[in-house]
Amino acid sequence: MSNINLKARMERRAKDSSTRIPDWARRPTFIVASVIVVVFFLISLFPGLFAHGDPLEVNVAQALQGPSRAHFFGTDDYGRDIYTRVIYGARIDLEMGLLGVIVPFAIGTTLGLLAGYYGGLLDNVVMRIIDVLMAFPFTILVIVIMAILGPGIQNVFIALWLVGWMSYTRLVRGEVLRLKDVEFIQAARVEGFTDRRILLRHMLPNVISSSIVYGASDIVMTMLTGASMSFLGLGVQIPSPEWGAILNEGRAFISYAWWITFFPGLFLAVCGVGFSLLGDCLTDILRRKGR
Amino acid sequence: MEDRKVLLEVKDLKTYFVGRHETVKAVNGVSFTLYEGDSFGLVGESGCGKSQTLRSILGLLKQPGRIVGGQILFRGKDLVRMSPKQMREIRGAQIAQIFQEPMTALNPVLPIRKQIYEAFERSGLSKAEREAKSVEMMKLVGIPEPEKRLGEYPHQFSGGMRQRAMIAIALAEHPALLLADEPTTALDVTIQDQILTLIEQLKGEMGMSLIMVTHNLGVIAQMCNRVAVMYAGRIVEMTDTVTLFSKPRHPYTKALMNSIPNGKQDQLETISGTPPNLSMEIVGCPFAPRCRYAEGACFTTLPGLREIEPGHLTRCHRLDVVEQFTGLIPAEEELHG
Repeated sequence: MSNINLKARMERRAKDSSTRIPDWARRPTFIVASVIVVVFFLISLFPGLFAHGDPLEVNVAQALQGPSRAHFFGTDDYGRDIYTRVIYGARIDLEMGLLGVIVPFAIGTTLGLLAGYYGGLLDNVVMRIIDVLMAFPFTILVIVIMAILGPGIQNVFIALWLVGWMSYTRLVRGEVLRLKDVEFIQAARVEGFTDRRILLRHMLPNVISSSIVYGASDIVMTMLTGASMSFLGLGVQIPSPEWGAILNEGRAFISYAWWITFFPGLFLAVCGVGFSLLGDCLTDILRRKGR
Repeated sequence: MEDRKVLLEVKDLKTYFVGRHETVKAVNGVSFTLYEGDSFGLVGESGCGKSQTLRSILGLLKQPGRIVGGQILFRGKDLVRMSPKQMREIRGAQIAQIFQEPMTALNPVLPIRKQIYEAFERSGLSKAEREAKSVEMMKLVGIPEPEKRLGEYPHQFSGGMRQRAMIAIALAEHPALLLADEPTTALDVTIQDQILTLIEQLKGEMGMSLIMVTHNLGVIAQMCNRVAVMYAGRIVEMTDTVTLFSKPRHPYTKALMNSIPNGKQDQLETISGTPPNLSMEIVGCPFAPRCRYAEGACFTTLPGLREIEPGHLTRCHRLDVVEQFTGLIPAEEELHG
């Protein structure tokens, strides 16, 4: 019985590897996630293809209309088309998510590598800073920094960068500490390689996958934080079409014009789910590859 | 014997791990001399300081380990006093090490080729020359189809093959001294024998010297011509391998010998108790609490390392008494197993 099973399994495995369907293509989650993410990228790169109007165009005669054929997502209190605004908003939100992650990713990973590898004073200073800052919730920190710097999109980025690197540093430092005692790193030192070479060639490729995995889910969080800042009036300024800002504008009308808040919220949620699922799949794939 | 060239001389090496609350004296005054072409064995239980002795030689002690005293003369130059840069030039090029765990000794994300290429980095060879040399090294360590296997990743190699690949990388620069830290402990017995034979053969072909650290006396018997038995950070007995197996003098060495199955015992002897805590101040002979011959002086003064015959050093107060109660001595065939 088990023999037959084994044989069938081996045959199936042989077939699988011979047809060479890449691992990722067999995961429905991965396909759904990538479709969502790709669509959002297309929207943010070419908003003109999806919406023909002007996101800032005011038409008071058409104010507060519900979803219809002329206005798919309805209009707001100034008569601006919500659909167009939401489409144009994608660029700003995606930009916040991506730029808000790439910079901390680079800074955090580098610092984590150095702190973990060299230890000593550098490690102590970096980790104590992180300990202190991590004591505050992420969003509170961003709000405080925004309050100091003043509202505006550049300041949102600065705040996200100042706060975001810490998780990467922690993560990478931990991995580096673990790897430092693994024998191939010892062997590299015995070979007489320079620290630079050991760090870039031997450490980095082994630790970067956890950084990437974290980064993928961090995009969602960063995007949401950016949107929250706009919602609170600290980030992107009215009348720029940003999902958080639109949500904020619609807040006053939520009891009788639900569409103003519903659609940007929906986009934010779907976009978040897309990146989050992608992150999960990436985790699986990278973990498996690591074995 | 004395006219051979000295390759490595370790003099009164002291390696301590200095913590905030306690100091662990992992290596406490170890001295030995390695002649060119020699195979020197360091045996002992876990935590006796044998691996730390190796790490001290390469300057790769983990924090907070530090060499607090002594000299390590390699070709007359003191490694302890070298700058990190000078040390880097010695590592790999003149002294190489192979490790215990073949599973983790290779970088999992790089193909074998890249990892061997790296070893030739400093030599300034062209790509074609590196490829040729890599293939040559792979053949030398007995990896079949080297051209194909060079492109593979460590996880595609079996344990024994990984160990071979690791040896290929370690020996790529033709070092004069190879340090082997339990190189076969993680492998199964048939592979162990293959790897040991390979090391021995390569040692001969490349004219290397070898320091082998192990807790396996069988490995020592097969590989080494001179042995030091370590206990609690000190050498307790040092002699040539044949003498060690035929006429062990120190009670600890004798006990070790009696704990190997030789087919003649009804029951294997064990050494009761555990090695002392090296962070405590040890008064007297560190083995005394576990030694059946210990009395008086053993508990108050540390016995010195005495030369009892030419080339045979041991550290015991009561050798004469120990001799009267000679325990089981392994049979002759054990020596060449």
